[in-house]
Amino acid sequence: MSAGGEGSKRRFLTGWLRGRELALAGVGGILWSYALEDARGSELPRRPPGAQQGSDFLAACIKCGQCVEACPYGTLRLARAGETAALGSPYFEPRQVPCYLCPDAPCIAACPTGALVPGTPIEDARMGLAVLSDQENCLAFQGLRCEVCYRACPLMGEAIALAFQPQERTGKHAFFLPVVRSDACTGCGVCEHACPLDEAAIKVMPRQLAMGRLGDNYRFGWKERPAISRDFGPSDSTPEPGLWRDNTERVLEELEDLSGIENR
Amino acid sequence: MSQTRREFLKTAVAASVASSLGMWVPPEARAQAKALDKDLKWDKSVCRFCGTGCGIMIATKKGRVVAVKGDPESPVNRGLNCIKGYFNATIMYGEDRLTRPLLRMKDGKYHKKGRFTPVSWETAFDVMTEKFKEYYTAQGPASVAIFGSGQYTVDEGYAAAKFMKAGVRSNNLDPNARHCMASAVAGFIQTFGIDEPPGCYDDIEATDAVVSWGANMAECHPILWSRVTDRKLTHQKMKIVNLSTFGNRCSDVADLEMIFKPQTDLAIQNFIARYMIEKNAVNQDFVKKHCIFATGPTDIGYGLPDDHPLEQGQKMRGKAGAHWSITFEQFKENLAPYTAEYVSDLSGVPKEKLIELAELYADPARKVLSFWTMGFNQHTRGTWVNEQNYMLHLLGGKISTPGSGAFSLTGQPSACGTAREVGTFAHRLPSDMVVKNPAHRAKCEKLWKLPAKTLNPKVGTHAVKMIRGLRSGDVRFFWAMVTNPFQDFANANEWIRAAREGDNFVVVSDCYPTVSAKVADLVLPVAMIYEKWGAYGNAERRTQHWRQQVMPPGEAKGDLWQLLEFAKRFKLKEVWRELPLPGLEAEGFESGKLPDVLAEAKTLGYDPEQSLYEVLFASKEMTSHQWPDPIADGHPNDIAEDFGFFVHKALWQEYQQFGLGNGHDLADFDTYHRVRGLRWPVVNGRETQWRFREGYDPYVKPGEGFNFYGKALKKIPGGGPGGEKVDLAGKAKIFFRPYAPPAESPDDEYDLWLCTGRVLEHWHSGSMTKRVPELNRAVPYAKCYMHPEDAKARGIQRNQEVVLESRRGKVKIRVETQGRDRPPRGLVFVPWFDENVLINKLTLDATCPISKETDYKKCACRVRKA
Repeated sequence: MSAGGEGSKRRFLTGWLRGRELALAGVGGILWSYALEDARGSELPRRPPGAQQGSDFLAACIKCGQCVEACPYGTLRLARAGETAALGSPYFEPRQVPCYLCPDAPCIAACPTGALVPGTPIEDARMGLAVLSDQENCLAFQGLRCEVCYRACPLMGEAIALAFQPQERTGKHAFFLPVVRSDACTGCGVCEHACPLDEAAIKVMPRQLAMGRLGDNYRFGWKERPAISRDFGPSDSTPEPGLWRDNTERVLEELEDLSGIENR
Repeated sequence: MSQTRREFLKTAVAASVASSLGMWVPPEARAQAKALDKDLKWDKSVCRFCGTGCGIMIATKKGRVVAVKGDPESPVNRGLNCIKGYFNATIMYGEDRLTRPLLRMKDGKYHKKGRFTPVSWETAFDVMTEKFKEYYTAQGPASVAIFGSGQYTVDEGYAAAKFMKAGVRSNNLDPNARHCMASAVAGFIQTFGIDEPPGCYDDIEATDAVVSWGANMAECHPILWSRVTDRKLTHQKMKIVNLSTFGNRCSDVADLEMIFKPQTDLAIQNFIARYMIEKNAVNQDFVKKHCIFATGPTDIGYGLPDDHPLEQGQKMRGKAGAHWSITFEQFKENLAPYTAEYVSDLSGVPKEKLIELAELYADPARKVLSFWTMGFNQHTRGTWVNEQNYMLHLLGGKISTPGSGAFSLTGQPSACGTAREVGTFAHRLPSDMVVKNPAHRAKCEKLWKLPAKTLNPKVGTHAVKMIRGLRSGDVRFFWAMVTNPFQDFANANEWIRAAREGDNFVVVSDCYPTVSAKVADLVLPVAMIYEKWGAYGNAERRTQHWRQQVMPPGEAKGDLWQLLEFAKRFKLKEVWRELPLPGLEAEGFESGKLPDVLAEAKTLGYDPEQSLYEVLFASKEMTSHQWPDPIADGHPNDIAEDFGFFVHKALWQEYQQFGLGNGHDLADFDTYHRVRGLRWPVVNGRETQWRFREGYDPYVKPGEGFNFYGKALKKIPGGGPGGEKVDLAGKAKIFFRPYAPPAESPDDEYDLWLCTGRVLEHWHSGSMTKRVPELNRAVPYAKCYMHPEDAKARGIQRNQEVVLESRRGKVKIRVETQGRDRPPRGLVFVPWFDENVLINKLTLDATCPISKETDYKKCACRVRKA
């Protein structure tokens, strides 16, 4: 497949979409807004590097296709009807072609609207988050020395590192377990692309979908500088006004609720 | 990015566990957290929940505890927590927190049948004092009682003991720890002459086998279980055995799961001992040098009321603790019936499994660590079954040695530190001393500066007797502190009725409207853990102090403050006069009464008009501990502000005197605020990991090897009940105890066993954890875990609501046939955290006749469709 061939195909598609967009605008926005809502609801597509988060991206993107044009690897494409991404919006399927993190990010440079935030350093791109979603089939979790994703990762050791654990079954080996670090992972999908299984065990997912969030009430103590743990400071014990409000009515009501005590 | 930084990141990741996949904090959230952390004030503290005693760091902001992290420097947990520990910052902020004293009133006055009404502390104490004195005057010190707790801070427990025993001269102070580890205490005292485990958690990293007897450490001691699991992962020789009456999560990593019929653990232990003798696996040298064989009476009953059919003809029920030495030959003869065939038949455990287990104890080259909790302790032969475990370890010499030990776990954060060490039991004084012993009383009177014979020599009412006293009228004033008795006593209907309908006064100091608060006449709002200064002692003898972080809400006040304020309302002349004490028979005392000690009090410089507060808590020595104190370093102390001196430090420094040179040495107050806890005895600034062992325990002299130096019960009759007393100084006892059937077993009418316990997500009666929305969402209600075939046979589907009932009560509950707990056929398991499934309405209040601890693990019940 020649680069020229790909390019002309893209140009064709882009042109077609532009026309269609105009047609829709002329006919009325009903169908379009339906498609938009649909895409906002699922939030599934892997977007180009530097894309604004969530629905902000769709609001800013005019579906012009210039990022797609600019991509030297043929990674990006514009969504057709029936695909998970909103019609005409740019996205990529890492298992087919991942993002190779061009240092000069021509896609971002090409974007006329700021839907791909200008000047985003490529290593700060957050296209999604790699998730080792299938531990049952992942070879590393079976104890095999695979770790292809770890070694394929453009930020090896940072975005994907290895955790070592004793291997109980053999008694003399260790597991080399890939662990994704969300603060470094760009969501480029090279890992997903590289996974040697028939279906990748590691997949790039939208960050909002992939990530949990620690409650504000807790910190991982060992992740902080030991000095912090030694530094027993004075407490901030002066209550903010309104910290406690009068709950007497509620307490009295509860005390009179004997449903747990009575023998029903 | 430099190579160094990459390496650093790699290391950081390698240290994390695989289960944190996808759980990393996103950059945005991390930035937020950093901004938030800027304003946070962090300080060292300890987890509020179980007896593991995990160290935590706690953060405050604007008068509120806002965040927690596991303390990476704590040797117990190295920064980890379980999911309950994760929510330490949240437990104090339930919307229904009690913040005002509430009294039952009618027409503006206290009335037993009145409705709860907010009152001032002044009114609350007025009514409380009036009711206390009314009963105290009419019936004497035996009619008043405090039901305390293994969750008391050390200073609270110490103040309660001093107020009750030295002040109002009543020994009716007993903790909820009676339900928790009284059998462990009795086992320790009878075997070693001193309380608490010889070893420590460091045994885990040195052992070759962990045998869990009647414990569910995977859920109830999660962080310790994580250490056990790691040992399993990293030590080839390591074996894990899970003995239980139902399958639980400990079985996940166990090499051997043994599901036995309830109560037959005693028979299994005897089989192992028999096997060890048969295979010549007894460590003869160790046994000859350091042990003696003993046994005791068997007709001791089941701790039920006098008129119960099971108690008839049980001649030794009042003297269940008696014991005498026997020979090795007699010991061996007693074990003869416990063959593999007999025990396999009795317990339902296949012979091969019994032998596999026995081999672990019999193998001289294998270090073995036994753990247990409520399966042993809550047992109508709880003391015996504890002692039989020491029997196995002593026979093999597998004790007090890194990696080998018999370790009784505790369920409460200060069951050891407070309930046991301070002695908030009806028979105890601080530092393993007992009220019955004249020398112990004299020592306490000296340290407490009391006239001779102030202390009451008659053992008070233990918890079960206390609650039965509410029904019989023997106990009229009942004050529950840091515990939820009306949810946690077995046979709950009886006591709820007695409290609501009897001529008595029930005070409940609590943080939330619990079942007990609902049953009370007066509810006192309390400060919770980080709203006060305190100390807890965990299961491995580790004492850990913390500083107050925030102020209690509204008018809530610490239990210590409540005790001291109450003490202000008693004059010496009211309590140190002659007092009636029916049944008192003790050398040097007139029958039936406590003497007037006011005359001697005057010679000690006391004035009869002085209050108990002034005499016991605000003496010159006490008030010399000034507030503010540099150790506070900007931390508040509302109690010290109120009383004008550093009460907590004063109490600690006085309490410390009891243990010095006595095998219970503790460090001074300030030291504990600089370290991650210390395991006593702390001698010359050094803690002790393995007691009784040369090279580790400063009380064992060079050349002794081992010295079981505990002093209690070391002179016992030799050869039989009436034999001449023999002195066993320095030795441990190897008991023979026979199997005895349970107090109640399933029959045609009630065809299932009922076993109760806990789940990881909730702690005890759920009063705190049910207020944490996330934990409540995780486990919103108690379920009845049942074998699928048992459910099918009754036409019941999973999740269906049923009526579960016993001879004593019933609850509505949903059936679960899958999931974490897997009972065998014929047994159901129900956790007790849920106040809407008050499972203790069903349980039987039979106890171990020695320890008086209730058996919550076995009674008969049945299920029918709702």
